[in-house]
Formats: sequence, C-alpha cells, structure tokens
Amino acid sequence: MEDLLTLGGCSIKSRLLIGTGKFSSYPLMKKTLEAAQPDIVTVALRRVDAGSNADNILEYIPKACILMANTSGARNAGEAVRIAHLAKASGSGDWIKIEVVQDNKYLLPDNLETLKAVEILAKERFIVLPYMSPDLSMAKRMADAGAAAVMPLGAPIGSNRGVKTRELVEILVREIKIPVIVDAGLGSPSDACECMEMGCAAVLVNTAIAIARDPVTMAKAFKDAVSAGRAAFLAGLASLGSEASASSPLTGFLRNETH
Amino acid sequence: MIFTLNGKQESLERPLNLDALVAAKGLCPDKIVIEHNFNIISKEDWAKIVLKDQDMIEIISFVGGG
Repeated sequence: MEDLLTLGGCSIKSRLLIGTGKFSSYPLMKKTLEAAQPDIVTVALRRVDAGSNADNILEYIPKACILMANTSGARNAGEAVRIAHLAKASGSGDWIKIEVVQDNKYLLPDNLETLKAVEILAKERFIVLPYMSPDLSMAKRMADAGAAAVMPLGAPIGSNRGVKTRELVEILVREIKIPVIVDAGLGSPSDACECMEMGCAAVLVNTAIAIARDPVTMAKAFKDAVSAGRAAFLAGLASLGSEASASSPLTGFLRNETH
Repeated sequence: MIFTLNGKQESLERPLNLDALVAAKGLCPDKIVIEHNFNIISKEDWAKIVLKDQDMIEIISFVGGG
C-alpha cells in the first residue's frame, strides 16, 4: 500500500515540501522542482515596485503542486490574517503557512500571535500550517484551534544547523495527533532523514536546496533522504543499548572447551 | 492630494482609478492584487475605485519564499 500523508484533506505523496526563496533564478528553481516533484511548494508575498517587470513566479512552479503562501513579514496575528487574505486573492488557494516573527536576529516565531492567527484562519476554512517553536502545550492548542499540521523549527531559518530542537520535536511527534512537519534550519539531507526517522510526517526545506552549488541534485538528495528516513521509521528502528549485543555467535569453536 | 502606496506617500494631481494607477506604475494586472484601505479589490472593480486623499493602497504579488 502506498504510504501517503493526509494533509488538509489531500493525499500527499512527497514528504519533502520545498520553499522557493533564494534561488538564483526562476528557471533554476523550476528545474529543481521538476526534479524533486514536491506536492507542496511555499511562496511569499511582497509589495510590488513601480515599473517592476519581474517574471511571475507562479509560471515557474509546476501546475500539479499545491501552492502554500507564507505570511512572512507579519509581526502579529492581524497582519498574518491580512496577508492570508491577500494570498488567497492572489490565487494561492486555501493553504497558508502562518509565520509571525518579531525578532529579526533569529527569526524565531511568536507562538501566541501565531495561535491567534490559526484560530481566525481555521474558522475561515483555510488549511493552516503554523510555523512555531516546538512547545507541547502550544502545539496542542494549535491542533485544537484547527491547524492541519504543526511546523516546529529545527534551527533558525536559513541557519543550516540541523535538528537542534530534536528532544522537543520528538515530544510533539509522540503527543500531537496532527502531522508534525519540521520547518527551518535543516542544512543537509541527513538532517531531513533524522526528522523522518523520528516519525515526523514531513519536512520543509528551502535554503539548503536553493543555495547549494547544484540545487537540482541537492533536491534529489533531500528527496532520497526523506524517503530513506520514512522507510526506517516505518520499519521500526532498533533500540539503543549501553553495552554490546553480539550479532554473531560467540561460541569459541576454534578453542577447546575448558571445564 | 496625498495617498500612500506600499507604505510611501505619493501626491496626485488629478483623480485616478485603480486601473489607471496600475497602468501609470507600469504593472502587469495579472500578477498583482490590490488592497484599498484594507479591503481587497477584485480586478473587475478596479475601475470603480477612484483614489481619494489619504487613501492607503497596497499592491502585492507572489515572490519566492520558504
């Protein structure tokens, strides 16, 4: 049976969500997305400069992808809701990644304002995925408020530091009934694999792919790592031991038995 | 007459509707969404909205983001 992720009422094949920021060009981003075949792709909204002849990014995103706009730039719940409405009016559909950040140094999310935005947008029938710090009680509240998934950070956005929040994310995986998707900070395919081995439902990667010397190959590497980690989780990882446990027979058959 | 466009004040000598504003700014209508005083205005209604003094306009489009 195919291992699909049910999210927002959709069956999602690829557990690698890809962000579209920081690519050196839209054509390169397009090639990367075509190679990795994500089901869900994130985009952002920005003010348009007068006389801007920039290409429309949507023309470079495969039509089969679900577009998920983020609310990047929002500093409180009200701004996040406003950006979500603008995103929907711009044609991104019902999927929205809530991102409320007041701290420009670490870009850490404001969980309280994020929760407020989830409450409002879930009632408006958006499919809401909050980017959050991995806090159990907040994650439970996000789920109760109607979030489709929670997206705890692994490390600060764009830092490529890996799953520094591992212990807390593991608690969410164990205790939260909705999917846990690690978003932000994953720097290498092994980081993504680690998240999947822990039982996370998916990961969202942007910077590590977009700024690689070869983003197309890096995206494929992430895709393979996500598949491997997921398979390992489903297969059931062996438990950790503090002492050796022989994997070969220890009978000393070349020696005489001593009495 | 003064209005705010994407957070910056601009002055206007003659009345302008949103269609004309988009044209004057050299923007492609298919790529943008416009918010007028915190209300999102659909393209069909751009011609009906004539800018007034102190109006707030946001013109937004999609870009790359994670």
